[in-house]
Amino acid sequence: MSWEPRPAPEINPETERYWSAAADETLLVRECGDCGLVYHYPREYCPDCFGDDVDWREAAGTGTVYSYSVTRTMSGWPEEDLPLIVAYVELDEGPRLLTNLDCEPGAVDIGTRVEVRFVPLESADAAVPVFVPLEE
Amino acid sequence: MATQSPVYVAGAYEHPTREAPDKSTMQLHAEVARGALEDAGLEKDAIDAYFTAGMPEYESGLPPLIMADYLGLDVSYADTTDFGGSSYISHVGHAVAAIRNGTCDVALITLAGRPRSRGQATGSGARAIRTAQDSFERIYGATNIGMYGMAAQRHMHEYRTTAEQLAEIRVAASHHAQFNEHAMYQDPVTVEDVVSSRVVADPLHLLDCCVISDGGGALLVVSEDVRSRLERECVEVLGHGESVGHHRAGRIDLTRTAAEESGSRAFDEAGLEPTDVDYASIYDSFTITVLEAIEDLGFCEKGEGGSFVEGGTLKAPNGALPFNTDGGGLCSNHPANRGGMTKVIEAVRQLRGDANDEVQVNADIALAHGTGGSIGTRHGAATVVLGGEDR
Repeated sequence: MSWEPRPAPEINPETERYWSAAADETLLVRECGDCGLVYHYPREYCPDCFGDDVDWREAAGTGTVYSYSVTRTMSGWPEEDLPLIVAYVELDEGPRLLTNLDCEPGAVDIGTRVEVRFVPLESADAAVPVFVPLEE
Repeated sequence: MATQSPVYVAGAYEHPTREAPDKSTMQLHAEVARGALEDAGLEKDAIDAYFTAGMPEYESGLPPLIMADYLGLDVSYADTTDFGGSSYISHVGHAVAAIRNGTCDVALITLAGRPRSRGQATGSGARAIRTAQDSFERIYGATNIGMYGMAAQRHMHEYRTTAEQLAEIRVAASHHAQFNEHAMYQDPVTVEDVVSSRVVADPLHLLDCCVISDGGGALLVVSEDVRSRLERECVEVLGHGESVGHHRAGRIDLTRTAAEESGSRAFDEAGLEPTDVDYASIYDSFTITVLEAIEDLGFCEKGEGGSFVEGGTLKAPNGALPFNTDGGGLCSNHPANRGGMTKVIEAVRQLRGDANDEVQVNADIALAHGTGGSIGTRHGAATVVLGGEDR
């Protein structure tokens, strides 16, 4: 899976740590110290209780496919990256995260166990988490 | 709301064009506004409130300012609430509130756009990163149709809904479209036609998707005072509800939409139940959009939408819940990639007896529901319950 010229993330002060951790092959989620919610995407205030006692937590990087769809044509997308599997992966920590499944369309289904991989970007400050079927 | 003064839809107009290469989008707004004024029997000077969700083709533009300028409107109230395709249904609710507040008497709502003439890659094109969420979605090639495909996939997984059941929705819409001379696709299709059409984003086929068309529509919502001076038959706004659905911080449920809240609010306000509805306009960006809305609005239990739509339930005039009798977004028109406006217009036609003869339902109570944005990420839901004059 190549990346450029796919759109790269815009990194801001709330999300910089998430992307730099990904560059170090670590998947982070956020956890609220007040209400215990583990959530994604990263935000400084807990979207449940609005508390600010929010920490980063290292995710195991494993999860289950919640749903997926295969796109065969997409204007503005590199031909070699098609077909493209867009999926929600439910992390073992709880949150459902939108991502790509980097495998053949026939290799996954809802419920398939998957694990994270990181696709490097041109910039070394960030990498993009995608998922592949877990070999168990 | 039930104890407050009645408010009416007095004018409704849908632009007949489906392709407008020689017009500007603002011109289309003006043409639908003129059409609605003529329908109501009102002059432009009567308008004292204006609602639009703007022109999606422009990056920004302060919609009420540029459009009030273009149309030459002097208004005491302007609203540009943008819930995507559900906007225009929420505008009806907002207009009712503003009229009851005494802020205005005649609210104009317009929608227009030219995605077809502009060759816009709708629903299946990579899009620019603009919001914080985009960095976690669009980098993965999240498109509208991909997100709705995921919703359909999950619905099928949880409830054993089939592609053939989803196809029934297109079949019913196409049955209606054959009687609409303006519909973009007028040929009736079969379940087999739908499921054998090209897969665009699993499990959605080409014929599970709405059309890409130019066009627009306009509504005039008026106070009791204004209505009493009009000769035209009007439609009463009995109830309105809206809601925003989103990721829930990572707990998104792709099988449920904010129609659960918008629908129950609209029914509560109207003092009515889903079983009271004689005709339903339901936003149909994709077949799955309709299926989930039918469940969430309470026309059947969650998960039973697939069996509910089988057997001609949605076909006018004799189905149990005739829907989208103009052919809907799936077959007739999806101006500016936003379908809420046409949903209200066809509901008004049904209640006034102005629908095409072959699909005219004997309707006293109609519902119009919009789903805007994407049910796979963030979406708006807006519902109105409308009543005919002689109900």
